[in-house]
Amino acid sequence: MKKVLEGSHAVAEAVRLARVQVISAYPITPQTHIVEILSDYVTTGKMDAKYLRVESEHSCMAALIGAQSTGIRTFTATSSQGLALMHELLHWASGARLPIVMAEVNRALAPGWNIWNDQTDSLAQRDTGWIQLYCEDGQEVLDTTIQAYRLAEIVNLPAMVVLDAFYLSHTYEPVDVPDQDEVDRFLPPYKPAFILDTKHPYSLSPLVTPNAYMEMRYDIAMAMDDALGQFDRVEEEFAMIFDRRYGAVEAIDCDDADIVFVTSGTVTSTGRLLLEELRPRGEKVGVLKIKLFRPFPVEAVRRALGKAKKVVVVDRNFSFGASGIFAQEVRAAICNVPGHPPIFGYIAGLGGRDITVQLLEEIYFDVKGSATPRKESIWVGLQEVNRAT
Amino acid sequence: MQLDALDKELMCSGHVGCPGCGATIAMRFVLKALGEKTVMVLPACCWSVIAGPFPQSSLRIPVIHTAFETGGATASGVRAALDMKGDTETTVITWAGDGGTFDIGFQALSGAVERNEDFIYACYDNEAYMNTGIQRSSSTPYGAWTTTTTGADWKKLRKKNIVEALVAHRIPYAATANIAFPEDLIRKVKKAKAIKGSKFLHIYASCPTGWRIPSEMSIKIARMAVQTNIFPLYEVENGVNYTINYKPKEYLVREYFKLQGRFRHLKDTDLDQIQEMVNEDWWLLLRKAGEHA
Repeated sequence: MKKVLEGSHAVAEAVRLARVQVISAYPITPQTHIVEILSDYVTTGKMDAKYLRVESEHSCMAALIGAQSTGIRTFTATSSQGLALMHELLHWASGARLPIVMAEVNRALAPGWNIWNDQTDSLAQRDTGWIQLYCEDGQEVLDTTIQAYRLAEIVNLPAMVVLDAFYLSHTYEPVDVPDQDEVDRFLPPYKPAFILDTKHPYSLSPLVTPNAYMEMRYDIAMAMDDALGQFDRVEEEFAMIFDRRYGAVEAIDCDDADIVFVTSGTVTSTGRLLLEELRPRGEKVGVLKIKLFRPFPVEAVRRALGKAKKVVVVDRNFSFGASGIFAQEVRAAICNVPGHPPIFGYIAGLGGRDITVQLLEEIYFDVKGSATPRKESIWVGLQEVNRAT
Repeated sequence: MQLDALDKELMCSGHVGCPGCGATIAMRFVLKALGEKTVMVLPACCWSVIAGPFPQSSLRIPVIHTAFETGGATASGVRAALDMKGDTETTVITWAGDGGTFDIGFQALSGAVERNEDFIYACYDNEAYMNTGIQRSSSTPYGAWTTTTTGADWKKLRKKNIVEALVAHRIPYAATANIAFPEDLIRKVKKAKAIKGSKFLHIYASCPTGWRIPSEMSIKIARMAVQTNIFPLYEVENGVNYTINYKPKEYLVREYFKLQGRFRHLKDTDLDQIQEMVNEDWWLLLRKAGEHA
């Protein structure tokens, strides 16, 4: 049924439809609407679940590790500082092979205090062994959350559904909310092989010496590689029932494009408007949306960017001392392709500053007029900065 | 002596504890009292190692090893999941050291008992970070040498009164117990198991390696801790009803301290001061129990 929902509400609906049994969360702006709705669903019996009102994000993830290890489906949502506090246990969740699903609302890290949109929080967790899925609109948020359970439970790895603060979490859009029986057809009950069970007493996550640790890590690496193919399979199954699919990447007008923008999150929508603006003026521009960030879809990125003369990566994040993080990943993906196009890295929109069509257009003409990148990262829309000495 | 507990051993031989380890004795008794329908949450502590490396385990119950500071939180999740599966019968117990309880895990413990989660939190207290090599914790007693309180810098701060901190949460049951008093220990574990809500057990567990005592002295030192009033045996129900389980005759702390290498540097004047602190704590406890003359 079509409803007009906030992005946050779309997440909550998906969690309800996924028949999650334990939810734990600690409030942080701009994640709060998600967990307030879920708390209400549990209280009013719309969901048959427990809601653990824990005293920190760290305890939240620990509680989910305990609950998921007991053999049931779990959920949390967080953002920024909260995700950073969870960091230790993000590694634990993947190492323990627990398919926990989390919604992560991209918000800037302090200081200074800033509640607005920025991707550095989730991208700083890229090495924790979590699948990461970046969403563009409310429908995609709902669909991806349901798919995340299916994918995570196939490969036994946790998954993070990432949505932009406010631009997506607090924006109302028409969203098709599927029926429970349709979702049940897509998402079977969770049946893990090893759980805490007094009839079959296993010791989970014990001490592991050097003669076994590396094999366990290799197994995680194989599972993450497997997730790439499984993602396509899950999307295929989802499309059969719901007639919607997104792709690990989406190449928009890339086939004949000289210049391709690489985007993620809601900036992709702005990129779509840029194409509407520039294509009629004869500019050969395309957009490559990256949805699946971990595992990184290297082959798909190579295919989509192979014909471009120049590639522009717009990063709403930054790794100090290096560059924009998507730019790093794209460079790494195509560096071994002979004659690959130059990568122009642009940093924009940090801490919730708007990325407009006009800004993308400025970037486009800047790139068009440059044979090679002036710098590894070009920060756009900057006011004059007085550097502290 | 016949103990009112399971004949079967749920802790096997082959564990890797040090000789005379109080924490292994405590585990054996506690599991005998709890029985097989038990799930254990094991945050980082000596027992993370003692249980044995993958693929072996010296524990015949389901165990989830978890991060250092998560004992209260992980148990909350396990309890919630068991409840959702309709299993309200299985006992969930967190088994943590003093570092994981008094220090790094205190927030998660406080959170869990404030929510009155239905589980037992057992702290086996060996009074320092023994697993990492005898560094001081907030449970390390006044006067002790550790590898981070050496020479003239021996610890000159009181041990945190963890039971009183838990009692302040008004939890249904909090008690102290000691490996030298197994009947009392087993009775308290069984009592905790039967009560709904959050239960806290503070178990004195001597550490020959860290305390610089011969391994055969483990039980003797533990007994003396109770006899000297350094570690009184008592229980508190609902945050208000105190019961003192053992009232020793006059016994000087000096004898307890003289037997342990970790206190070797203390002078007679230091020991006199410690005696006064112990007396003061004992009087405070008597007053709370309504037994102050």
